[in-house]
Amino acid sequence: MKLAYYPGCALHGSSNDYEQSLRACLGKLEVEPQEIKEWICCGATAAHALNHKLSIALPARNLALAEQQGFEDMLAPCPMCSMQLLKAAKLMDEDAGLRREISSVIEVEASGRLQVLNLIQVFQRIGLDRIKPAVKKPLADLKPACYYGCLLTRPPDVVKFDDPEQPSSMEAIMAMLGAKPVDWNYRTECCGAGMTMAKEATVLELSQRILADAREHGANCLVTACPMCHVNLDMKQGDIEQRYGTRFGLPIYYLTDVVGLALGLSSEELGIDRHFVKQPQ
Amino acid sequence: MSRIGVFVCWCGENIARTVDVAEVASAAAKIPGVRCSVHYKYMCSDPGQAMIREKIESEKLDAVVVASCSPHMHLKTFRKTAQRAGLNPYLVEMANIREHCSWVHHQRGEATAKAAEIIRMSVEKVRQNHALQAIRVPVTRRALVIGGGVAGIQAALDIADAGYEVVMVEREPSIGGKMAGLSETFPTLDCSQCILTPRMVEVGQHPRIKLYSYSEVEAVDGFVGNFTAKIRQKARYVDISKCTGCGECWNVCPLKRNPSEFDFKMGMRPAIYVPFPQAVPARPVIDSKTCAKLIRNGCGLCEKKCQAGAINFKDTDRVVEEKIGAVVVATGFQLYGIGKKQNGKLVGYGEYGYGKYKDVIDSLQFERLVSASGPTNGAIKRPSDGKEPKNVVFISCVGSRDNAKGLSYCSKICCMYTAKHTMLYKHKVHDGQAHVFYMDIRSGGKGYEEFVRRAIEQDGAKYYRGRVSKITEQNGKLIVRGADTLAGTPVTIEADLVVLAAAMRPAPGVTDLARMLNVGYDEHGFLLESHPKLRPVETNAAGVFICGACHSPKDIPESVAQASAAAAKTQILFAAEELTREPEIAQINEQTCAACYACYRTCPYHAIEQAEVRTPRGVFVKKTARVNPGLCMGCGTCVAACPSKSAELEGFTEQQIYSMVESLA
Repeated sequence: MKLAYYPGCALHGSSNDYEQSLRACLGKLEVEPQEIKEWICCGATAAHALNHKLSIALPARNLALAEQQGFEDMLAPCPMCSMQLLKAAKLMDEDAGLRREISSVIEVEASGRLQVLNLIQVFQRIGLDRIKPAVKKPLADLKPACYYGCLLTRPPDVVKFDDPEQPSSMEAIMAMLGAKPVDWNYRTECCGAGMTMAKEATVLELSQRILADAREHGANCLVTACPMCHVNLDMKQGDIEQRYGTRFGLPIYYLTDVVGLALGLSSEELGIDRHFVKQPQ
Repeated sequence: MSRIGVFVCWCGENIARTVDVAEVASAAAKIPGVRCSVHYKYMCSDPGQAMIREKIESEKLDAVVVASCSPHMHLKTFRKTAQRAGLNPYLVEMANIREHCSWVHHQRGEATAKAAEIIRMSVEKVRQNHALQAIRVPVTRRALVIGGGVAGIQAALDIADAGYEVVMVEREPSIGGKMAGLSETFPTLDCSQCILTPRMVEVGQHPRIKLYSYSEVEAVDGFVGNFTAKIRQKARYVDISKCTGCGECWNVCPLKRNPSEFDFKMGMRPAIYVPFPQAVPARPVIDSKTCAKLIRNGCGLCEKKCQAGAINFKDTDRVVEEKIGAVVVATGFQLYGIGKKQNGKLVGYGEYGYGKYKDVIDSLQFERLVSASGPTNGAIKRPSDGKEPKNVVFISCVGSRDNAKGLSYCSKICCMYTAKHTMLYKHKVHDGQAHVFYMDIRSGGKGYEEFVRRAIEQDGAKYYRGRVSKITEQNGKLIVRGADTLAGTPVTIEADLVVLAAAMRPAPGVTDLARMLNVGYDEHGFLLESHPKLRPVETNAAGVFICGACHSPKDIPESVAQASAAAAKTQILFAAEELTREPEIAQINEQTCAACYACYRTCPYHAIEQAEVRTPRGVFVKKTARVNPGLCMGCGTCVAACPSKSAELEGFTEQQIYSMVESLA
């Protein structure tokens, strides 16, 4: 499967444990995502808050570069990146004049043929029924709370993925791996996002609610597909415990961690040992 | 025609301001064949019409052109005027120099020249008109009422009481519609069944009403005054003429746990059942999808128990034909399906948890809970654990007023019934608290505003102006997160029960019925009236009338009023000895017709017949196409389709149109 790979700032920066996990897991499934050359920032929140055209131009350049480098599908593991890429593609699709304008700004032709995929969609592409036979260690002890975060399923008319109110695509993967995903209330609630630096108290409050609800519904870990959410729930869990005087101790796994473990990879290969909240022994 | 009269109207300032009417009149006088050409300020007024009649008599006019407004406005007026003066009304033409000229142009010179041309064309046209007689068709003075809810019941009783026979078709096993399932009605808090069932019984016993229950209309052919309806009586497996309604069968039926349609799945019913105790007819029906005998030849207890021998497992559907003269459509509504599976653009409201949480129900389900004849005998109980809810949240506008994920229109009745629900709840649960999340409160009827104030001031309902973002479940309670925009704060309520006021939508299958009847419908499936202001119960299909919620969301008083209106229109139809139809219809020249039947295939009104030409002795000569003068609407599609130019439209022949065009050259 020929797959372009757009890491974005997160997977090369503070969430490079996600990249490690992703490469190990997908590699085991014989998928080698190829990082596109000379990619640039997708714009994330900063661009669209400042300048509309910039917020389209930045992701558009990445789409165009991937096309130019001969790809038809591109994995963007960070939901913020994938949402911005999809939004730019959609706006240019609807407005031919905009497409021409942006193409001239970014100095590359953006034809719109490239398909942007999130991590769950990549697993769906590989085929859950083809991954299942490769499962060596069914995760029978795992009771994950599948955490989608705010961006995987929204805005619905942009990302067009799963049900924005009651998503189930991650649970389907968990069930396939033999785990027992719990039904809980905070699957699409915000973790506090980029407020980690600017307004930490907000992040602690919102992420605490997520952890508390997961625990209340019987989860013994959380699974997430977003590196930002991972930071807020994992790296900040200690601060949350301290502020709220409560002990959670809930490991936060990337989706590729869980799939990788089921496929027989070790915690070290997947980079799980680098997480802040350690796995129980 | 060689004595044509031209009458140019000023229409006050509407025409005269832009068109030089005097010049136009004198230009028309010069057209060969025009005997006189005059102008007047208001041609449609009494003196104006008198002028036309005077000229017809004194100048012995053989045709008239009135140059004024659109024929939609006054063609009937001027035709009547001509007829009074002894001139055939179809020798009158209108030249539209208002909507087509003075109202769309500014430059006086250009507009005047154009008006003169329009008049010249009309003179050429009227020159070749034929004196026509209106077509007379007989009337079958029987009405078909489709739908046995409160609107259908009202229409049927009005028409039957006026002395005409009515055939009523209702698809459910009993008449009564949604109103039969309500608990109490606003603003009087009358018990719904108490006020409805006497009328249901009246329908069931009326000597002039023939009721087909558990039946559906399959086809309607014909035209106004002369319809033939095919009605499918679905197999009940119970002979209602033998059945006494004693109830032994449904008491003995072992399959007691089928979700009840009448209770909107809040309660259960057996496989052989009467939907509710006051049903009309009060006879059971067997559900062929769950009955053990019908599926695998098991059980059969009801047949053994029945002393009247009324059970008949060999029953089949029966199709009957009824001849009628008018149709009243009163098919009612269904509620918006809040669960996720929708058709087309509607995506449902997953954030409310309907279908996921047992204690999130819709408004009709709540009515069944509150109703004394409902699954809990009127006690308000949570579906999950049967406990009495102490905090109930009501959410308005679910599915309605939502351009993003739902329907754009306002469902009209929900503000009122939500206030009613808070009152009924409080009357039964004295220590309960009702919370309503609303966007606006629409209570415009008689006594309606006062009713809502009562709910708030006397029965303590709390109203929050804001939407609910999400409902989740925690420790058996429903956590409702919404906003109070007047206070400017978020609101979280731990509710025991949530009631969603879902939008009213037309009943399922109504668009198929509309196509059978040639009635239009809008993008939501609501049936289209002839004119929203002035003709709200007529449709563009002659002889077909609509009333009640099939037209648009409305409450009971409006449905009843519209039903009586539709009945009145039906009676107007029946009051005439014969019906007259406009004679400007298609004609087929049977000499030149090659019977290719292109016209037969393209006619949208199925007005063309395959006929034969025979000698007076009955010897077959040739096949031909023939227009049914009762059905033809004069659309001209056959004229365009005919390859041999055998089809022509009376009053709009090709020769006339060529003459009109040539007159401009």
